[in-house]
Amino acid sequence: MYNEKVMDVFKNPKNVGEIENPDGIGTVGNEVCGDIMQISLRIKNDVIEDAKFKTFGCAAAIATSSTATEMIKGMTVDEALKVTNKLVIEKLGGLPPQKIHCSVLAEEAIKKAIDDYRAKQAAKA
Amino acid sequence: MLKKPIYFDHAATTPVCEEAFMKMKPYFTDIFGNPNSQHAYGREAVKAVDEARDTIAAIINCKPNELYFTSGGTESDNWALRGAASAFKNKGRHIIISPIEHAAMITTAHVLEKEGYEISFMKVDGEGFVDLEHLKSIIRSDTIFIGCMLANNEVGTIEPIKEIAAIAHERGVVCFADAVQAAGVLKIDVKDLGVDMLSMSSHKIYGPKGVGALYIRNGLLIDSIQTGGHQERMKRGGTTNVPGVVGFAEAFRIAARDLDKNFEYVSMLRDRFIDRVLKEVPFVKLNGPAKENRLPANADFSFRYIEGESILFSLDLAGIAVSSGSACSSGSLEPSHVLLAMGLPEGLAHGSIRFSFGKHNTVEEIDYAVDVLKGAVERLREMSPLFNKKEILKNV
Repeated sequence: MYNEKVMDVFKNPKNVGEIENPDGIGTVGNEVCGDIMQISLRIKNDVIEDAKFKTFGCAAAIATSSTATEMIKGMTVDEALKVTNKLVIEKLGGLPPQKIHCSVLAEEAIKKAIDDYRAKQAAKA
Repeated sequence: MLKKPIYFDHAATTPVCEEAFMKMKPYFTDIFGNPNSQHAYGREAVKAVDEARDTIAAIINCKPNELYFTSGGTESDNWALRGAASAFKNKGRHIIISPIEHAAMITTAHVLEKEGYEISFMKVDGEGFVDLEHLKSIIRSDTIFIGCMLANNEVGTIEPIKEIAAIAHERGVVCFADAVQAAGVLKIDVKDLGVDMLSMSSHKIYGPKGVGALYIRNGLLIDSIQTGGHQERMKRGGTTNVPGVVGFAEAFRIAARDLDKNFEYVSMLRDRFIDRVLKEVPFVKLNGPAKENRLPANADFSFRYIEGESILFSLDLAGIAVSSGSACSSGSLEPSHVLLAMGLPEGLAHGSIRFSFGKHNTVEEIDYAVDVLKGAVERLREMSPLFNKKEILKNV
């Protein structure tokens, strides 16, 4: 059901972990639905310098977490907000239909982490 | 990694044993007649089907004319439930099944619900055993069917079917047992169990896929579901799968002949696996009964803080084939209905993996799998936001 690329990323995911004192962090999903995704970011001058993830979920959830964090590294926060689940799926060469919701979680986690960053920035200002 | 993937999914299906395969072969090419035909070819086919029926009937202690061949467990389950529901609808429309039945039963029951039947579920305890007192309390004057698995496919619980049948009969209700996982593994005597109907499948016991049987006690008249020609004493239309039933009967014969030997060997593998996993993998729960009244081949675990499908694929990458009760692998978002009925919280129900062993597995494979499993679980926990090692160890 998964293509080779997805299995490959699942086998060797990048950016596993949690950034200490992150500039932005976002967690989405819940245990009941079987997927929880946490993305933490280090951001300097609105540029994402580092992104890490922790995911409870299926192989697709882990692969999309890894790919999404890879994609947003080096992007400005505005650019990162344009990373849709479709782009993540494209990067992975496709996902089985019942796994699309995993890629949606990745998009939502990024948005939530950036929201958190912006809220913190606003609080500082 | 060992060369060929290790197969620990015997509850899903088994390879056809050599004896069954050899016995089936001529029925594809040489002895290909339709048992419905009057000529010599047909008579040869009839003889083969009759012999197969005699073999299985003798093993489960019924008369050959109480045994009907079907396309497998799902059809047998459907027939028993729909056939009884339709035949007894004038007596009542209340049906009782266990909440841990196979989808073949649960889905069919829900369809019947839409057709005006009422479904009640027995209660099961934390190990999956049916609560007999609760069952007694939900039988009504309009109850027409009580159905339960003889042994559960996911967690291996062996149900007290004899007691369930006695309770059903006390109230004049028909009792059905789904023996798809039990036939060929446990000794089955339908007269001793006292059930009115019992379903079986060939491919779970080293026979071919696409064939099964339904035992229907003589004197019990249920309606046909698959209508057509005069096959199976006019109860089930459709040309008999002659090679299939020949292979099924031979596989069943071998399974019955080697039953004690296989039971002992596979139980030994299971116990070694369960003991090592419980000892060496932290934060794990064995689902189902400890060892008594558990299918010899079944070990089902929930791994805390991680999800089942990701464990399945981690093992798959290391050359171990297992099954996950988790929703994610089946394409739905609901976790295992069996584990939820047993009272597991959703998080644990999502993190379950079923290992089901077979007669060809070895101790070496068991040990390799435990070693791989330990690493896989640890790796996934490192990735899990729910697993905070420092905090968890502090609380232990």
